[in-house]
This record gives sequence, C-alpha cells and structure tokens, in this order.
Amino acid sequence: MTTMTIAKAINEGLRAALTNNPKSLLMGEDIGPLGGVYRVTDGLIAEFGPDRVVDTPLAESGIIGTAIGLALRGYSPVCEIQFDGFVFPGFNQITTQLAKMHARSNGNLTVPVVIRIPYGGGIGSVEHHSESPEALFAHTAGLRIITPSNPHDAYWMIQQAVECQDPVIVFEPKRRYWLKGEVDVAAAGTAEDPFKAHVLREGTDATIVAYGPLVPVALAAANAAAEDGRSVEVIDLRSISPIDFDTVEASVKKTGRLVVAHEAPTFGGIGGEIAARISERAFLSLEAPVIRVGGFHMPYPVAKVEEDYLPDIDRILEALDRALAY
Amino acid sequence: MGATHLPSTEFDGTAVDDQLEAEAEAAMGEPPAQMVQLLGPDGTLGTDPVYTHYAEKLDPEKLRGLFADMAAIRRFDVEATALQRQGQLALWVPLTGQEAAQIGSGRASQPQDYIFPTYREHGVALTRNVDLAELLRQFRGVSNGGWNPKDTNFHLYTLVLAAQTLHAVGYAMGIQRDQKSAAASDPVRTEPPAAVMAYFGDGASSEGDVHESMVFAASYNAPVVFFCQNNHWAISVPSTVQTRIPLSNRAKGYGFPGIRVDGNDVVAVHAVTEWALDHARQGKGPVLIEAFTYRVGAHTTADDPTKYRQSAEEDSWRAKDPLARLEKYLRAEGLADDAFFAKVKADGDELAAYVRRTTHDLETPDIRTAFANTYVEAHPLVAEELAWFEEYSAGFAGEETAGQAETEAGN
Repeated sequence: MTTMTIAKAINEGLRAALTNNPKSLLMGEDIGPLGGVYRVTDGLIAEFGPDRVVDTPLAESGIIGTAIGLALRGYSPVCEIQFDGFVFPGFNQITTQLAKMHARSNGNLTVPVVIRIPYGGGIGSVEHHSESPEALFAHTAGLRIITPSNPHDAYWMIQQAVECQDPVIVFEPKRRYWLKGEVDVAAAGTAEDPFKAHVLREGTDATIVAYGPLVPVALAAANAAAEDGRSVEVIDLRSISPIDFDTVEASVKKTGRLVVAHEAPTFGGIGGEIAARISERAFLSLEAPVIRVGGFHMPYPVAKVEEDYLPDIDRILEALDRALAY
Repeated sequence: MGATHLPSTEFDGTAVDDQLEAEAEAAMGEPPAQMVQLLGPDGTLGTDPVYTHYAEKLDPEKLRGLFADMAAIRRFDVEATALQRQGQLALWVPLTGQEAAQIGSGRASQPQDYIFPTYREHGVALTRNVDLAELLRQFRGVSNGGWNPKDTNFHLYTLVLAAQTLHAVGYAMGIQRDQKSAAASDPVRTEPPAAVMAYFGDGASSEGDVHESMVFAASYNAPVVFFCQNNHWAISVPSTVQTRIPLSNRAKGYGFPGIRVDGNDVVAVHAVTEWALDHARQGKGPVLIEAFTYRVGAHTTADDPTKYRQSAEEDSWRAKDPLARLEKYLRAEGLADDAFFAKVKADGDELAAYVRRTTHDLETPDIRTAFANTYVEAHPLVAEELAWFEEYSAGFAGEETAGQAETEAGN
C-alpha cells in the first residue's frame, strides 16, 4: 500500500500503462514538459519521449480525430482534454466517429481511444472550467464512461481504460485531484471491474448513489445522518456508462429509498436514468420516490456563487429527509 | 427560375476567367499557381518540368488500364443510378466527371498506402480492389460500412464532412512511429515505406477539421497527401463561396506544397499524385493536391442541379471530359484500336450485370448484429436490451407462422 493523491495515482497509472503497453501514447495540450495544467502527466515525457507523450496543437477535434487514426493503425492513444468545457470542439469526433466506428465497420475495426477529462466545479474558476457534461456522452452508444473517486480507483481505472478495446472517457474529479488515499499498486490482475459500482458504506434506511467528486460529500452526509440515528448506504457508481444497476437495485431492495447526487444539472441527467431504471426494477420495494440532488438548469454559475449551485452535505441531507418522510 | 448567382466558371489557372484570377491575385499578393496539365482536352500530350518524368512511367498498357478503369467506373455509376431509380438503392452519389481525379490518384497509390475516402470515391475504391457490389451495401441500407478496410487499406466512407482528414493524419502519425520502431529493431529494413491519402471536396475544405488536420500534419511532418477534388459544387453552393483563392494555395499557409492539377487529366493526376506520395513516403511531409474537376451529375440522386446552375456550364465541362481526351490520345498515337474500346465496353456491361445481380442478393442484416457490434467487450445494457428484444420477438413467433400459413393458403 502506498499513499498518494488522485493526481499522482493517475500519473502512476499512466506510467504503468506506457510501460506495459508499447502501443499506448498520451496526447494533449501542455502535457509534455509542463506535465499538464494539473501536472497529471508530470515527468512522463522525460521518461517516454515526445513520440509517446505528445504535446499537440491547440485543437480538440484534432486531438480526438488523430487519436482515432492512430487507433486504426493499432495504437492505444490516451487523450487529455484540458478542461470539461473544452471538450465540445471535439464532440463531433467523439460522437459521430469514435463512438460509431466499431459498429460502422460491422465489428471489423476497433478504436481503443481513452479520453481523460478533468470535470466538475468547486475550484473557483472561470467559465467552462467547472462543468459536468457526462450525460451528453452517456447518451451516445459506443462509448464507456467511468469516473474514479479515490486514488486506488484512479490508479487502476486509467490502466483498465487503456486496456479496454472500446473507447473510454475517464471523467476525473478535478477538485479531488489532491485527495490522498491508499493505493494497492500490487493488485494487478485482481483489480476490480471498472464498470461495477462499489458499496462504500452499508445501511438499512436509505441509499445514496454518487460518483466522482460527490462521493466524499455523500459519505459525509451519511455520517451526519447516522448521528440522527439514520442508517444510510452509500454507493460509488464508478461507471456512468454502463451503469451497474444490479448493485443499485440490490441496495434499494434492502433500504427502500434512493437519493442520487451529481454535480451535473438534474434535468436530463444520470440521476433521471437511475430513477427510471430503479422504478422499473424495484417498484414494489420503493417506500418513496427516487430523489435527485444536482445542479440547476442553468449554465454553470460564476465562481462566487458556485457554493449555492453545488450539491453539498445539507442538500443531500434535505433530500434524505424528503425520502424518509414517506 | 434559376439561382441569383450563377458563376459560369472559376479561376482555373488557365486565364479563362481573367477577373476571378485578378481577384485571387489581389487577395494573395501574387499570381495563383498555374494548373498542372499534361493531357489537354484535345488529346495532345504536353510537358511539365517536374511531372513529365512521372508521366513517362505510364507505358501504353498502363494508359489503356487507366482508360479501362475510368470507363468501368463510369458504367458502374450509370448502373448504380439506375438501381436507385428502380428502388434497389435508397440513394446514389454519382461521380461522373471525376473519373480521372479518382482513377489517376488511386492508381498512383501502392498497396501499403492507406486511403481515407469521403463518400463519392467509387473510382478510388475500384483501384483498391474493393468489390463494387459490396460498396453498394451502404446505399442499399444494409450496412453503414460494407467492406473490411483491412483487406484493401481503403477506409470506410465517412459522411460527416472532413472528419476523415484527421483520421488520415493520425494514421500517418502511426506509420511514422511504426517506421521508427522497425528501424530501431531491424536496421536493414524490408518493409516499403507507406503514406496516407485523405480525400475531401471543395465544400469540406471549409470544415474546421480540414484546417486542424493540416496543422497536425505540418507540425509532425506526417506522411499524408490531402487530395481535394474541387468539383465546383457543394450540393448547390459554388466553390467561390468556400474560397477566394485556389484551394491549393492554402497549403502555403501551413508550410507544405500545394499543387493544382487538371482533375480531368488522368495522366497529370497520376503523375502529381505519384510525386506527392513519394514525397510523403520519403519523410518530406504532407502535400495538398487540388484536382480541378467538375461534378457533371447531381450531388446525389435526391438533388436537382437545374435549380442552381446552368446547363451551359455543364456543357462546357463535358467538353473537357476525362475519358474522351484519353481516347483521342490513345487512338491518335495508335496505342488502342476499336477492338480495345469494344472490349472495354463489353467489360463495363459485364460489371454492370454483376452489380445488378449482386445488389438484389445483398443480404439484409439481422438487428442482432447491431447489438453485437455496438461494443467490442461485453456490455450489460446491450445484453439486457437484446434479451428483452428476443423475448418480445418470440411473442410474435406464432403469428408469423399463422401469417405464412394464410399466405400459402391464398396461393
């Protein structure tokens, strides 16, 4: 076991991927000598050289589009998009080309491209630097979307994404980059399925499903609820596409109540999808409607008011109260 | 009533339209580059200081082959259009007029090269040995691809304009890395160097992906040839709306060579493309070729060019027909006789018959293949939806049998 931050864990995970898979390479803006604006690729160009850690021109469609071409030639590119709100110039390549190439080719072609996107708010930044666009990608078949919430998952999930033969988007919780935790770097081969949810805390009265940056918030809310005598189960979803509905369903059948929390706006979001599926799968077990906690239907607000926008412990507790009132 | 802007021609580097050329010169501060032409519309062969060397490599047999290819793909085009009219294809994208641009460039490529077409490159597909019946799968609605690109190094058609230009550059970046590692592990190399060719049109030249692909290609000196067929019309919008200078001149801004070639001159297209691919394979970086040609037919079988252009313009381009000029040359030089041209026609009819026969037999896929090909690795949602679909479909099994029995009874 080693203690490291999420940023360092991804850095080590990328180092391991570059070492183990000679066809893997990193591409992105400022990922070379600078090590990326969050230093996630720090030191990698010195170790692997500019052919495998590629500082690209400043063009997101270009990064994704050339990564697709490299994948068609047998490479496994890992693209860094500098910030969530800057992925949109590459949206066309991701949704019309990357997601569909395998299907278009009747299974003949594979494009194992990984796209890393630091996402979410809480860092007091300017416009386009705090968004959570995961639902826009989850709606596109052909993509897989995962989001680690702790260093151990960050270390392994990035490597598993590189090995996956499908395109994978890794949403990295940027305000948790400096969150420290234990990483079992010797877990190779026994690392858990990146597309399965984890029950982080068991409970009997209600379930909170969260992912990425809101996982620590959900755990804190569960702890606060415990002080009031409520036993709350917390699930770290880990994978946004596919979603491990089996784990959520089993939990809800036990607790009867579900709160889903994410930073992204609730309207048209992942929480709505979970609510709908769980309503179908566990209708007779539900004691209350599934309640969503998330961002409002507005562009991500200015930094000075983002605290009023982001779901926090109290917002989740309020949702739990509503669920438990039934 | 016609459209309000009906340009009769565009600056073509041959001083046909002095005003447009003057405008281009004013915009660039220098005269536009002359268009490379070797075989003129009258069937006489000219010379060029650079490209004649490449043209001379085309012996009589190769010249006859180029003619046969152009005739075959034109016959195929006629057949596919007919199949669309008969309801056998949902849509067809005709290429008539662009045979020289496609056959000339495609025949200049080598097997180890990799080609990224847009969606009108049926002629290039022929040169890459793609089964032309398989090419029709997409237009019959039984596949979004139709062939395995790994068999021919001819990628699938891409319908989102210019997206493939970036794929081409990425592929070329992969070739660079492969060559480096091959050279490191085996200094005495036996693998022939490879290049990539990316096709797009004058309309797509306005897409941001073309710009980004040229920036990436220049930055990494990637072995890629951008082959732009300027066929003058992006559906109904003339190329003058896409650019105020010859498209080939844009290469200068990226820092690599740009060549405008007469796209109806198969000899010049072949020579220029061979030069460009050599240039790329030798590690000298990207090249932009603008093949100056004309889409004689409609954009697709759903288009109506009479709404936006004059027939006189079409006629002026028919006078520059790529097949007619090569036929004139072959006959004048005594390189082909009536028997050759009769054989070409018979081969074309045979190809058309094959395509007609095979199109009818193109198998409609089962939607289960779509479930199977959405992801490479197992996916629980796909599995769940497939299981539901199977159960749902099974509920109709009895009805189908009953329906069949009724039909049979009726017969």
